[in-house]
Amino acid sequence: MSLWEYANPVKFLGLSARLQPYLWAAAGLCVTVGLVWGFFWTPDDFRQGSTVKIIYLHVPAALMAINAWFMMLVTSLIWLVRRHHVSALAAKAAAPVGITMTLIALVTGAIWGQPMWGTWWAWDPRLTSFLILFLFYLGYIALWEAIDDPDTAADLTSVLCLVGSVFAVLSRYAVNFWNQGLHQGTSVPVATGGRTVADVFWYPLLISMVGFGLLFLALVLYRTGTEIRLRRSRALLARSRGDA
Amino acid sequence: MIALLRRDLMLAFRAGGGFGLGLAFFLIVTVLVPFSVGPQSDLLSTIAPGVLWLGALLACLLSLDRLLALDFEDGTLDLLATAPLPLEAALSIKALSHWLTTGLPLVIAAPVLGVMLNLAPAGFIWVIASLALGTPALSVIGTFGAALTVGIKRGGLLMSLLVLPLYVPTLIFGAEAARRGAIGLDGTTPLILLAGITLGTIALMPFASAAVLRMTLR
Repeated sequence: MSLWEYANPVKFLGLSARLQPYLWAAAGLCVTVGLVWGFFWTPDDFRQGSTVKIIYLHVPAALMAINAWFMMLVTSLIWLVRRHHVSALAAKAAAPVGITMTLIALVTGAIWGQPMWGTWWAWDPRLTSFLILFLFYLGYIALWEAIDDPDTAADLTSVLCLVGSVFAVLSRYAVNFWNQGLHQGTSVPVATGGRTVADVFWYPLLISMVGFGLLFLALVLYRTGTEIRLRRSRALLARSRGDA
Repeated sequence: MIALLRRDLMLAFRAGGGFGLGLAFFLIVTVLVPFSVGPQSDLLSTIAPGVLWLGALLACLLSLDRLLALDFEDGTLDLLATAPLPLEAALSIKALSHWLTTGLPLVIAAPVLGVMLNLAPAGFIWVIASLALGTPALSVIGTFGAALTVGIKRGGLLMSLLVLPLYVPTLIFGAEAARRGAIGLDGTTPLILLAGITLGTIALMPFASAAVLRMTLR
């Protein structure tokens, strides 16, 4: 029994069909509880007022936007090394979800920035890197769309994902160098274990982050299943055309 | 390798349309800038380093789609892929010839256009140095983009979408070095970082370009 067994599409589909109801339920529950708790049952921040509540959308979306790209990087590597089709299709399936999360993070950030910073947009390092990440997602998706042969498309997009990751990290540091930040530091520094968010805001935020993670997982499993079935139906069509 | 370089250079010089087109584009973009922002000389001198860098970047981008497309169509790339010369080396040569026909003329033309944009006298040396150091990176990164999209019909626009985000670090460091130089600051730090990016991309990008080209030709 190893992880690679699920490289078999049938096994993968079986497992994902069994997991999906629980994932959807847990994701729905966590997102609902996190957002409702965050929006209605937390006090207003004494300086930011009620605008602080957008954090329950903004932070989880930004978290998943980066993790989605990271997941695509890992699955692209698996595709290039071991050539499991499920892996390539999972990367393809994750990209639109990732770009949506990036967009949510950018838009909610702008909505929060208008009353707080007095501007919708500033050329701050974090904002700019997210915009660049958005462009990378766009290019990745466009490349998938442009190539007819599925294997070539998977190959080329995988290499683009690897190269893009290197340049995304480079851009992150270049942008840091280029302009000083307006965006506050991270609220949940993983490295030090500490955090700068008070408990009343922290628990709903944590639940919301878990919920977004589960939601991402469920969406990717669902979309990967769709891609596998789409590929199968194409193969069946091609075969029946060949027989006729 | 030298034969390949000579062939590419010869084609660029004699086949028309390739060589000089990027330069003309650079000129036109730079000339259009005063029309769009107004002729105030202090404003122009503020934005001159950035405009020169952006113009050079766009001129590089414009000439990329003919870098591999013609060779792909007439089958030269298939021969190169099966030749004893590693594809990585062949693509490095292609990037070099692209730089010699596009990047280098831009570096030489930049001071002239700098005068038109009222670039501060202290900035000339920095603009030239940063362009000379940065344009090779634009060429090798561009070769990767060209290799990625060479098999796609009407891939030109897609290539711009793929290549431009990859140009971000180069542009930031290059334009920053030129900007700092132009306002009399020391631009050595961004210049060194720019050189690091150029050397890193020259060393690594040909492998990525060759890998995607093999996937396309397979």
